[in-house]
Amino acid sequence: MDIEQKRKIIMEHYSNPKNRKLPDKEGYEKVNTANSSCVDNLDIYVKITDNRIEDITFMGEACAISISSTSIMINNLIGKTISEAQEFITQFENMVEESFYDKKLLGDANAYFDIASQGHRKTCALLPYIGIKKILENYK
Amino acid sequence: MNIEDFPMLKKDIIYLDNGATTLKPKCVIDKINDYYENYSANAHRGDYDISFKVDQEYENARELARKFINAKYKEEVVFTSGATQGLNMIAFGFFGKFLEAGDEILITQSEHASNVLPWFILQKKLGVVVRYIPLDSNHYVTIESVRDAITPHTKVISLAGITNVLGDERPMKEICKLAHEKNVFVVMDAAQSVPHRKIDVQDFDVDFLAFSGHKMCGPTGIGVLYGKKELLEEMEPQNYGGGMNESFDSADEIYLKDLPTRLEAGTPNIAGAIGLGEAIKYLDGIGMEHICEYEKNLRKYAIDKLLEIPYIDILNLESDSGIISFNVDGVFAQDVAYYLNKYNLCVRAGNHCAKILKKEVGVQNSLRVSLYFYNTESDIDALVELLRNKDKIMEEMI
Repeated sequence: MDIEQKRKIIMEHYSNPKNRKLPDKEGYEKVNTANSSCVDNLDIYVKITDNRIEDITFMGEACAISISSTSIMINNLIGKTISEAQEFITQFENMVEESFYDKKLLGDANAYFDIASQGHRKTCALLPYIGIKKILENYK
Repeated sequence: MNIEDFPMLKKDIIYLDNGATTLKPKCVIDKINDYYENYSANAHRGDYDISFKVDQEYENARELARKFINAKYKEEVVFTSGATQGLNMIAFGFFGKFLEAGDEILITQSEHASNVLPWFILQKKLGVVVRYIPLDSNHYVTIESVRDAITPHTKVISLAGITNVLGDERPMKEICKLAHEKNVFVVMDAAQSVPHRKIDVQDFDVDFLAFSGHKMCGPTGIGVLYGKKELLEEMEPQNYGGGMNESFDSADEIYLKDLPTRLEAGTPNIAGAIGLGEAIKYLDGIGMEHICEYEKNLRKYAIDKLLEIPYIDILNLESDSGIISFNVDGVFAQDVAYYLNKYNLCVRAGNHCAKILKKEVGVQNSLRVSLYFYNTESDIDALVELLRNKDKIMEEMI
């Protein structure tokens, strides 16, 4: 993925994020995730049925990196089983922490491949993952 | 002005975050190094030459601070770790001792967290009531609104002299006069005032005041708590231990030292205090009136330039301090700050530790440019040039 592709993916998801809305049905669990060093602050709503993520929505205010990363995460996690989702999250974290990771699995979440070089923006990309992990923990 | 005094300004950065902290002139850095390299002993232990020198320098710094804010007595100047510690000492050490359930504390929605949270904790502990003085349409405090807010239960008004997000300057002298007529104490959070204005505690007749060294060219981890002597005498130390006691035999027989040492338990931040003294000398050398005037002119220059850009919303057009809070319409403040950082331009984005302000202004967060005397018109030109092209911001913010 080159810089131009990366930019395009991030800006698309920032301008038109997936599921930035309150849930319109019952049965969602809510988690808040906030960045202590800035004002990024998101509520993430997750609906899990039979060990599978049926839907995720989110609300809140955050920077372009956090919003786009949340949108991309939602796109990728809906439909996955809990363990598949956890694997995706682990691979994303590995990428952000500059460790070995499965490029293929991450799809357009690869757009944050060089986020580690941007220091303080690492947390912005990780923000939705920090939130959803708290919910998935309960299903282990 | 005085750019050549600052080693940090020889690096390729434009520093516009002086509300957070300021850069240090070479003379302050040298003064601190001199202590560590040439007479690095403890204070108040003058049994040998270098320790005696520490005492002299440390107390000389106190005297410089006293003169700087025109306190009547040297004992009224207590060294702290910064404005935060000072405000906590005032809230818990003085008011915590005297306030009772139902007593009222007046603050505003635009105070820094350090002038809100200690009072909130007192509210929980003692049942006192924290109330807000209403702000006018510009979010400023007027003497009328203070007058209207005072009730027979009001015991203390605690306000920033200049607020850290909107940069509005409060009429502290008039507020003190009014408050004292009604037997109400006044606390001034002077973190954003003392570095930028000539502050005279006797002229204001303020009861307590706190400021930080690092926001005025001094080192981090040092600040000053000022209190009128008769009030400081009543203040309960928040820390007990070495340096502050005269003698002790049992819990019932503890004898404490006189002011201000009683309130400075433990080995103090000696290098910090001496460094702050040097910073005060440095600022005095330039002249506080001169600094204030220079910043006002530079602010005007910046405002005029920023107003040329249609999609910039300035939140505090009326304010006359060096603080400018604004947003680029449609772009998250953090993203703009990140974009500016790519060009080595340092500005702050966020809510600037004034989390309750969003209720008042209706804006979650903003960009804040905060000026000091070493900023120049060319710094402003660089900022404005980078903000002039919104497509470029959107293009380069990620």
